[in-house]
Amino acid sequence: MLQVTGLTKIFGGLRAVDNASLKVDQGRIVALIGPNGAGKTTLFACIAGFHTVHSGRVELLGQDITGLPVHRIARAGMVRTFQITQPFAKLTVHENIAVGAYQKFPDRHQAWEHARAIARQVGMDQMLAQPAADLTVAGRKRLELARALATSPRLLLLDEVMAGLNPSEILEIISIIRKIRDSGVTVLLIEHVMHAVMSLSDNIYVLSYGKIIAEGSPLQVVNNQAVVEAYLGRGSAAPPLEDMLGATHA
Amino acid sequence: MNSVLQPIPWKLHLAVLAVAIAFPFVFPSNFMVNFGVLALFYAFIGQSWNIAGGFAGQLSFGHVAFFGVGAYASTIVQMRLGLSPWLGLPASALAGAAVGGIIAALSFRAGLKGSYFALITLAFAEVLRIVANSIGITGGGLGMLIPMKAGAGNFQFADRSGFYFLILALAVLSIALAEWLQRSRFGAHLAAIRENEDAARALGINVFVEKVKVMVLSGAIGGVGGCFFAQYFLYIDPLIVFGVDKSVEMLLVSMIGGAGTVYGPLVGALLLALVSDVTRVLTQIQGLSLVLYGSLLVVIIAFLPNGLIDLFRRRAKPAGEKD
Repeated sequence: MLQVTGLTKIFGGLRAVDNASLKVDQGRIVALIGPNGAGKTTLFACIAGFHTVHSGRVELLGQDITGLPVHRIARAGMVRTFQITQPFAKLTVHENIAVGAYQKFPDRHQAWEHARAIARQVGMDQMLAQPAADLTVAGRKRLELARALATSPRLLLLDEVMAGLNPSEILEIISIIRKIRDSGVTVLLIEHVMHAVMSLSDNIYVLSYGKIIAEGSPLQVVNNQAVVEAYLGRGSAAPPLEDMLGATHA
Repeated sequence: MNSVLQPIPWKLHLAVLAVAIAFPFVFPSNFMVNFGVLALFYAFIGQSWNIAGGFAGQLSFGHVAFFGVGAYASTIVQMRLGLSPWLGLPASALAGAAVGGIIAALSFRAGLKGSYFALITLAFAEVLRIVANSIGITGGGLGMLIPMKAGAGNFQFADRSGFYFLILALAVLSIALAEWLQRSRFGAHLAAIRENEDAARALGINVFVEKVKVMVLSGAIGGVGGCFFAQYFLYIDPLIVFGVDKSVEMLLVSMIGGAGTVYGPLVGALLLALVSDVTRVLTQIQGLSLVLYGSLLVVIIAFLPNGLIDLFRRRAKPAGEKD
């Protein structure tokens, strides 16, 4: 589905992303984790075309999309959400989602119906007439997800859709993401909420100082010494890892 | 708060149209028909600004560029090329559209947004005024006088109501266009671009192309407005048709009425025409109407930030209800 090879992004003297490679297989939920400032969002932005890359290659469905404009990448089937939510503030929830739906359905009626269906899918069908500006953080995060989902993407890039949510909201969104995957959409997500990452992901990549330092199943990753050190500092690689990671970042 | 992309009910459109058609029969005096012509004219050129500035959020301070180019294009077609003035109408639309496309392509390619875009449009309008002032085909600073030859074939009407129904037809077209924007995918794209360009791009919208398209459309309307102006007043010169005051009027009627709404420019234009006629009748002070109008703008921005149209809007609909 998605293959990133040797991607490097340099800001001034800083290698924000350094020779990162990752692979997302169709139908999977793959997580990208790492300490704050590791370059996760930058890597996302590079993959989705928001930043020009210094070197490296991004392939979507076997097609080289490196350096393509954002809207063409989106039309090719890979749509991102924003960590800092970017709603169309003066439009209603229904209109926000309809903008996404219009990318798939040029006809007004179909687009609005599709938007309604997507709203139901993410549990926003009671808020359709609300202006996006009036939504809570949880609502805005959901709207980001809904709008992207409405474009009928093949691959969703979710940038911290759980940040700022309370535990019950997190549980809801976990089940929504699972259902999205089950409906055939591949998911690559950045997340700090470790228990969510652990329960959702088929595969995890760990980014630290711009480099991919580990890759594997959730269990492999938590037991990886380099990962623990990246999060907690050198010498911290002692047993009760899962608990510590959970406690630090939940 | 109301949703933005909902269509307006047909009944309302028909009621407004019926009032507009009846107006010259109810008030047949020259004075009143002239009032109607000016109100509809401002509504029409205001809609040109509204489509770009209100619907797409591309705030321009130099919309008179399209207006002036249209006025000159149609006048040159009939005076220099000797063609029918009616051919001036499509010529002015084409000229306005072309200038809109060029200004948009240059500014948006350079990534100009917000106040920078407003400034660059102002600069383009000024450059066009200076060009019109200095070259031969436009008659330079002397301007161009269109000889009076009343007759519908000459795009001149002995009876002012002829002009009235012409500008009414144009205004209806512009409102239909705005209503289409309200319902169409293109309009949804423009609203998305106005609210948040990055988010629009992330969903697959080609922001650059959509912005150029809306400026072409807006330019075409502005150009036709210039053509109508030339035929109505039969005289144009660079200061009149490229003057900053026209740009200001175009954006004022939209903002006062309600930017980004279908009927905003019409509501604002009625008020502008009213204020300007009333002050002209009551006093001899030049420009007093704009002073009053400016004061109204301050009051309206303070109390009705979405424009006068908010007074007419129904309350927000309950959740889940559609259309």
